Amino acid sequence: MIKVKVEFLGGLDVVSNGVREHKVTLEGEEGQVTMKDLIDHVAKTVICDARDIPVFIQDDTVRAGILVLINDTDWELEGMEDYVVESGDVFTFTSTLHGG
Amino acid sequence: MSSSADLPRKDRKIKPSALCELCHGRKAVMKRPKNLQKLCKECFFLVFETEIHNTITSAKLFQKGEKVAIGASGGKDSTVLASILKTLNERYEYGLELVLLSIDEGIKGYRDDSLATVKRNQQQYEMELEIVSYKELYDWLMDEIVSCAGIRSSCTYCGVLRRQALDRGAAKLGIHHVVTGHNADDMAETVLMNILRGDTARLENSCSILTQSSGSPIKRSKPFKYSYQKEIVLYAHYKKLDYFSTECTYAPEAFRGTARELLKGLGAIRPSCIMDIIYSGEHFVLAQKKKVTKSYKNGRDKKAATAEDEQEINPDGSVALKTTKRDGNTCEKCGYITSNKICKACVLLAGLEASRAKASVDGSEEGAAKLGKTLELLSF
Repeated sequence: MIKVKVEFLGGLDVVSNGVREHKVTLEGEEGQVTMKDLIDHVAKTVICDARDIPVFIQDDTVRAGILVLINDTDWELEGMEDYVVESGDVFTFTSTLHGG
Repeated sequence: MSSSADLPRKDRKIKPSALCELCHGRKAVMKRPKNLQKLCKECFFLVFETEIHNTITSAKLFQKGEKVAIGASGGKDSTVLASILKTLNERYEYGLELVLLSIDEGIKGYRDDSLATVKRNQQQYEMELEIVSYKELYDWLMDEIVSCAGIRSSCTYCGVLRRQALDRGAAKLGIHHVVTGHNADDMAETVLMNILRGDTARLENSCSILTQSSGSPIKRSKPFKYSYQKEIVLYAHYKKLDYFSTECTYAPEAFRGTARELLKGLGAIRPSCIMDIIYSGEHFVLAQKKKVTKSYKNGRDKKAATAEDEQEINPDGSVALKTTKRDGNTCEKCGYITSNKICKACVLLAGLEASRAKASVDGSEEGAAKLGKTLELLSF
């Protein structure tokens, strides 16, 4: 079991009932769970209405226009979907699409 | 022997490849979409701010002692703009007097919340704040307009009215320069949309950093013209700036929304494409429209042809009728600067007045828009 924190910011919280911070528990041992698994799990458990999943996921990954940070670091520097999840990690998803 | 995996994460040695490519001392936290450079937080702040400073100085946007209004919506772009301009004004001694200028469109559940953010920004940045509302200027709330004109044309109305409201707000404050938070992504989106619509007239000037209608005392500029949305959001996030992030109740028109999606998709594959589109936009020069003179067509007395006999031919082969279009003209109804007899806002408002009777929106707690949406969902 791996416990992590997931944040939905920049207006993205509309798909999670307005809740910005989520405690997420992932099945599996440390070292075996990747970012890809986390994204799938978040889509299933954090997003309230399954119809809103396309707001978060597009073409099997996080939708373009959503900024992803892993422990406050750009996920592009952390291997993106291949990042290996560790206990205590913080994943921040921020929508950049909404209002200027 | 203890391997690095046994140590708490923060004590592990950082791989050289994970270091900032500028200072080579701290861990990189972000990758710039512009050039794929990996930077640490401190270097990112400095590079981001300095680039905007360079944009400002190379375009000679400001003059010492100038009073400048920041079009402030409470959203990420204008909040970061206010913060950065304050920083740069102090660091490089621009000598600017900065004022926040907000427009209250009258959208319940959206603008009232975002204005609360602007009011906090006023405190945080110690700037004067002026709010002008559609209600006081036009005697219409955006919610009322939508209930009259329908949700599809909401952006058209709002855009025309906001442009004029910003000018009027600035004039009220005796300010001749309004800066807005339009970023590189917005610029690229505008170029793309003008191409998709064949709007060549707008295309040529869509990338100007500084615009001013002839005869208008107020100029507008976009210091974030070359700043990526991703970096603006990261800057706000790392600086922990207080911004408002809720989508407007009236979502963007479908065409713009689709163009935006397209651009986001392209940017994911090739991040530099946003800069490339702006570059293309900057270098468009339209060919002169073909002109023929009546006398030339008739084949006699070419010398007698004057400019008045010339007719412009549109790309589709049609010809424009003679109108008395001229710059520097003012609207007969409200006195606002326009190239026509009546300005666009007055034309739109006159159309609305005609259908005002149909809408009775008083007493609706949620705002007319919400009501309209609820009604659309009802089925019998």
